[in-house]
Amino acid sequence: MHGIQFVSPNTSIDFIGKRFITFVVSLVIILGSLGAVLFNGLNYGIDFRGGILMEVQTEGPADIASLRSKLGDLGLGDVSLQEFGTPRDVLIRVERQPGGEEVQAETVVKVKQKLGSGIDFRRVESVGPTVGAELIQNGIQAVLWAMVAMLIYVWFRFEWQFAVCGILALLHDAISIIGLYGLTRIEFNTTAIVAVLITVGYSINDTVVVYDRIRENLRKYKAMDIKELINKSINETLSRSVLTSFTTLLALGALYFFGGEVISTYSLPIIVGISVGTYSSICLAAPLLLVFNIKTIRDQAKNKAATA
Amino acid sequence: MLHIPKWKIVLIIATCVLGILYALPNLLSSETADELPSWIPHEQVNLGLDLQGGSYLLLEVDLQAVLKERMISLSDAVRTTLRKERIKYTGLHVEKDAVIFKLMNGQDEALRDKVYKLLFKLEPNDGEASVTSDGNGRLVLSAQALALREKAAMEQTREIVQRRIDETGTREPLIQQQGTDRILIQLPGLGDPSRIKKLLGQTAKLAFRMVDHGASVEEAQEGRLPPGSEILMEHAGDSTIPYVIRKTVVVSGEMLVDSQPGFNEGFPVVTFRFDSVGARKFGEATRQNVGRQFAIILDNKVISAPVINEPIMGGSGQISGRFTVQQASDLALLLRAGALPAPLTILEERTIGPGLGADSIEAGERATVLAIILVAIFMFIAYASFGGVANTALVFNMIILIAALSVLQATLTLPGIAGIALTLGMAVDANVLIYERIKEELRLGKKVFSAVDAGYSRAMATIIDSNITTLIGAMFLYQFGTGPIRGFAVTLALGIIISMFTSISLTRLIVVTYIKWKRPQTLSI
Repeated sequence: MHGIQFVSPNTSIDFIGKRFITFVVSLVIILGSLGAVLFNGLNYGIDFRGGILMEVQTEGPADIASLRSKLGDLGLGDVSLQEFGTPRDVLIRVERQPGGEEVQAETVVKVKQKLGSGIDFRRVESVGPTVGAELIQNGIQAVLWAMVAMLIYVWFRFEWQFAVCGILALLHDAISIIGLYGLTRIEFNTTAIVAVLITVGYSINDTVVVYDRIRENLRKYKAMDIKELINKSINETLSRSVLTSFTTLLALGALYFFGGEVISTYSLPIIVGISVGTYSSICLAAPLLLVFNIKTIRDQAKNKAATA
Repeated sequence: MLHIPKWKIVLIIATCVLGILYALPNLLSSETADELPSWIPHEQVNLGLDLQGGSYLLLEVDLQAVLKERMISLSDAVRTTLRKERIKYTGLHVEKDAVIFKLMNGQDEALRDKVYKLLFKLEPNDGEASVTSDGNGRLVLSAQALALREKAAMEQTREIVQRRIDETGTREPLIQQQGTDRILIQLPGLGDPSRIKKLLGQTAKLAFRMVDHGASVEEAQEGRLPPGSEILMEHAGDSTIPYVIRKTVVVSGEMLVDSQPGFNEGFPVVTFRFDSVGARKFGEATRQNVGRQFAIILDNKVISAPVINEPIMGGSGQISGRFTVQQASDLALLLRAGALPAPLTILEERTIGPGLGADSIEAGERATVLAIILVAIFMFIAYASFGGVANTALVFNMIILIAALSVLQATLTLPGIAGIALTLGMAVDANVLIYERIKEELRLGKKVFSAVDAGYSRAMATIIDSNITTLIGAMFLYQFGTGPIRGFAVTLALGIIISMFTSISLTRLIVVTYIKWKRPQTLSI
């Protein structure tokens, strides 16, 4: 009994020949993402903007209009209500209240009193302005440092060209995910940072696998044309890339469809992220190597082989 | 690669067995797990508040207030000393970390010298005194002293917060200092933190002071306030009653040894008891002031101002403000726990009701199990019996991950569950890399033995490089991230390390054992 071969071993797709197409596609994705963020804006959640978020459950189906008018009486500025999962669950967002940190906490009490009994407050979050700013800073800092560390490792294990191309691909992935948040207006909060992280973590892993094969082939086929060599390497690892991505997406798909409302909302960007990460490893990270004078890499590889 | 030394085999099997043993307590309810004897594994995975339900509060301690208070008391000490020595001065004030004043007879060198010595004696270790030739006196507190004061205030705040929360009977609260001026509180299982917030919202500085009968309230409000007195308010329902009150504290809250809620003539009251010093001071003050009023002041508000009918010598008494039963019991609690050195502000509050936590965990568990099943089916389709081997590794991967989370008492949060999903993908990835390699080698015409051998050894470099890159990323995330990012980093890092173990060691052991035993001519891969 044999397993089913999903990607034929004889597959030979000309990724390198079509690299200008994929570069343009990537450029469009990046520009589109930046555009979405610039013009559409990110829908910052309370983690970043400060404010109050409540998930409430009513006894019967929720009467959103009546809830809205009750909250409207409090004069809290921008208040949004949204059905969340079932007709009984409502998500209430109250914008950050003007004034100091303590005002947020006081507003929570006011809202709770106003909505009264018969309502189960399943989740109450209130974030003051200082913490919000810190969370953004911290999140961005963590992602950047992690990227720099990975860059250094790839540089150390491969050559600097690989590190640069790898990081360009990572930036592409990170920007695409942020663009997705801009486009869909899904709430951007700390879980969004986690989604970016997962994408970046997966993508670098994927990219290193392809690079590893390129490095191996550089030593194996000393006379082969670089374009052909990179293309061969991509095709050789294609079966693995597709299978791994598919299984990871399968796992995430289960979280998306059956993980409940909270897990579900943040599985979606990760699903897109894994797909983008796979795409960028194959169509961006590897072909980008051609932009650099790859000959030096081969010479270095030769020297290394000679000294080894 | 095909030869595995005996000690390695023992190690691999031991790791798997230990994994199962340490993961097992998670199948029990937490009560049953707690009752297990200490010599067998009994730790369970620590669930984050987002899964378990509970309240999370991030508080900021107003350290500026602490320092200000320290400087004011220093300036009071300077004033008292100068007055006692009958030295004339003007413009005594606090400027950041210094107390500054000007001597009236600044040209007198002997006086300057005397003042310098007095200032020096006030703070021999922490202060730096100076008196310039034109008579400007200055006492600066060293940065170290201020830093020490801040540290002590933080420690004290943490302790008092702990005491106040413990008094409410909240289960397993976690109270930590975070950064220089923050306190993080986690209250598992608490669905409504409003009482705790209220308790923490007061510094609860209690003072017994005398009412100043030297001036009427009206006179004082018109500006004829006697020096050394101030106007404080009593809040009675909607109205406020002003009092003129001496600034000198007769007895302060630190001298209380106990405080309990009680009843007097059917009304809720708070009873208290002083320590011996407090009892003596209070007895003395009441003996000298029979017929006058004293005031009980909490956080600069008058709670009540009773008339002293007779000296109160026993060292105990009661406060009868207009309390409800709850207010009386809360005030007694605050007085028992002690005063906070500085006011607290709530920066962040997150409360997850137990219902939502349970729902999240149930959905998360269901989805994760489903994910494993789907991945397992797919691996079986893609790699036949080798898929089965990979699936065994996958199951052990999960078991050992749960065991590691339990032993390390790392906290599993919602982002952590996403980390597990990613780990699933990575765990499979290592096997996919190896199997694809074996297939390639087989296609090149290699025999089963050498194909498997080459497959494992060639794939190894790739697995190590790709996983270490991600691991480095995870480590930096842990280092620089906070909250959810850290939770994710922990599961990711553990997952990567464990998946490297299962795919490199465990599956190799299974595959090699099978090949050596059956000596197959072809592989079902």
